[in-house]
Amino acid sequence: MKICVLMKQVASEDSPLSISNNIIDKASLNLVTNEPDSYALEEALLIKEKTNGEVTICTLGPESSQQVIKDGLAKGADKAIHIICDNTETMSSLDIAKIITKKIQNENFDLIFSGLQSNDYGFAQLGIIISELLDYSNACLVMGTEINENKLKIKKELENGWFQWSELKLPASLSIQSGINQPRYATLKGIMSVKNKPVDKIDFSELGLSLNAGYTIDEISIPQKSKQTQMIEGEVDDIVSQLTDILKNKIKVS
Amino acid sequence: MKLNALDYMGITSHFSEEELMVQNTARDFSEKEIMPIIEEHYEKGTFPEHLIPKFGELGFFGVNIPEKYGCGGMSNIAYGLICQELERVDSGIRSFASVQGSLVMYPIYAYGNEDQKMKWLPKLAKGEKIGCFGLTEPNFGSNPSGMLTNAKKVDGGYILNGSKMWITNGSIADIAIVWAKDDNEDVLGFIVEKDFEGFSAPEMHGKWSLRASVTSELVLENVFVPDSNVLPNIKGLKGPLGCLTQARYGIGWGALGAAMNLYDIALNYSKDRIQFDKPIASFQMIQDKLVWMLTEITKGQLLALQVGKNKDDGTLKHTQVSMIKRNNVNVARECAKLARGILGANGITSDYSIMRHMMNIESVYTYEGTDEMHTLILGHDITGIPAFK
Ligand SMILES: Cc1cc2nc3c(=O)[nH]c(=O)nc-3n(C[C@H](O)[C@H](O)[C@H](O)COP(=O)(O)OP(=O)(O)OC[C@H]3O[C@@H](n4cnc5c(N)ncnc54)[C@H](O)[C@@H]3O)c2cc1C
Repeated sequence: MKICVLMKQVASEDSPLSISNNIIDKASLNLVTNEPDSYALEEALLIKEKTNGEVTICTLGPESSQQVIKDGLAKGADKAIHIICDNTETMSSLDIAKIITKKIQNENFDLIFSGLQSNDYGFAQLGIIISELLDYSNACLVMGTEINENKLKIKKELENGWFQWSELKLPASLSIQSGINQPRYATLKGIMSVKNKPVDKIDFSELGLSLNAGYTIDEISIPQKSKQTQMIEGEVDDIVSQLTDILKNKIKVS
Repeated sequence: MKLNALDYMGITSHFSEEELMVQNTARDFSEKEIMPIIEEHYEKGTFPEHLIPKFGELGFFGVNIPEKYGCGGMSNIAYGLICQELERVDSGIRSFASVQGSLVMYPIYAYGNEDQKMKWLPKLAKGEKIGCFGLTEPNFGSNPSGMLTNAKKVDGGYILNGSKMWITNGSIADIAIVWAKDDNEDVLGFIVEKDFEGFSAPEMHGKWSLRASVTSELVLENVFVPDSNVLPNIKGLKGPLGCLTQARYGIGWGALGAAMNLYDIALNYSKDRIQFDKPIASFQMIQDKLVWMLTEITKGQLLALQVGKNKDDGTLKHTQVSMIKRNNVNVARECAKLARGILGANGITSDYSIMRHMMNIESVYTYEGTDEMHTLILGHDITGIPAFK
């Protein structure tokens, strides 16, 4: 089983954030592996261990993203692809999917895993578009995987606490729901092995793609904290029915 | 990649990428897996044994022993950073790793024969076997050369008699590295296995310090130890002292971890706690304490880093280890007092880790050579006059 895990470097949640001209100042950010991607990596490593497979990490991003690769290799991935690109912020998900697809299309991966979404821009689209471009089957919000003799069964999360098991044809691209497993820690042995694992580095310009314009960012702002008090007035019965309506439908107490 | 710890002087560049990854892993693991459970273990007076195989898996035992024996094969600085992260959570957890790595695996590696190394090191590295180190006796602490535990040569081995006290991990250990005197008054090292007849290791109770660590007596009553369990390549007190140099080195880093945690707690608290309509961090006397902590921790860090570099390039003097053990443990001890004061009444509760660190540091101040003994070791080194005899 050849598995590719798409991983991205993002700002950590507690990073200091400074914004000027609608651009986030990257130098001040504390960069980490996108947390949802670590669940995707863990799921891939578990399947690798069961099927004697191989796990490749693929990341698109600046030179600093090599840390994501090193962390992943230290946890047990076998090799990595680093498509170097300094500015992915204004690329559309479609463009990013095209770049990655171009690079990996001949690798014949049986599975492509991505995290649920990236914690920076949160589009949650990449895995879906890639499956379309490569003509792979696809599932999102995957809560569990079972692989038996090249048959793939997946558990999906539906609305309202419902789950669904379905069978997919391979090859497939899955986006993995966070929390489905317990990502492992890098061991000392794993850390020592990183330097011997191959990393295929390529600048994205070498892929010779003509991209759509992507998009422009009109405004980035830090959400304002605000408190609003709503006074409910009227007869007691009225107040009660309004209040229960709010509790039920707005706050969703269950 | 950056050091994920207090780093006022920007010393990240002095560490290799691998060392930084090790520090980050150790921090991540300690923070997620140990910090949430430590207070409860401390109160109950139990060691979290479920962590042992996890430490083994991560490679935290025998970090600086070659890979050939299933160990880490990493630098002494990597080992130091792991100690720092473990002791940032609790000195008892770091003590476990120190004993296993520096006081049990190291003597087998440095003084054992190939059979002994192959038999024990891989299992100790994985945490499948646990070890302890028996040097101190009821009547001989700072002066181990007076030890009474005795090893009588007999056909095929030795008969050991005596008792050891204050032995970390004793009751949970599969093997004890026991130091005893033979008929010529030479100190020899023995691998005593827990089921050897006449050997027992009752746990000591009533500690107000290092409560999340097991401390025991070792009782040796006519214990036969076969020749194959004698460490062949060492004779004399330099055997146990050589192990202590390894462990003390780790303590020098570990104590900084505790101090860093104390500083972080005090700094955060002082920014949040409002008195006289201002955060207490705005008062000069609070700032003075925080700056003292920061500066002393930073100095201790630079000291540890240099001692680590000396150890890695083979130029280390054991007196330099005395200096970091003595200095950094003192820094942690003072930080505990200052942080305790800054938190006011909250400082005495288990909601914050301060009292736990404060009580722990008292053991660390005493074991592995008391503060006074390290002062005298350094005094001896610079004056040429031994003041302890
Ligand atoms: C929690 C804990 C765990 C331990 N784990 C282990 C272990 O795993 N293995 C092991 O072998 N031991 C262990 N020890 C024992 C420890 O190493 C000894 O307690 C230590 O060496 C001090 O010995 P002592 O307690 O007998 O104190 P003493 O030697 O009696 O010293 C008492 C005081 O007198 C001072 N003093 C003594 N001689 C002099 C002198 N010449 N000049 C000036 N001052 C002097 C000391 O500094 C100290 O302040 C542990 C101790 C503790 C508390």
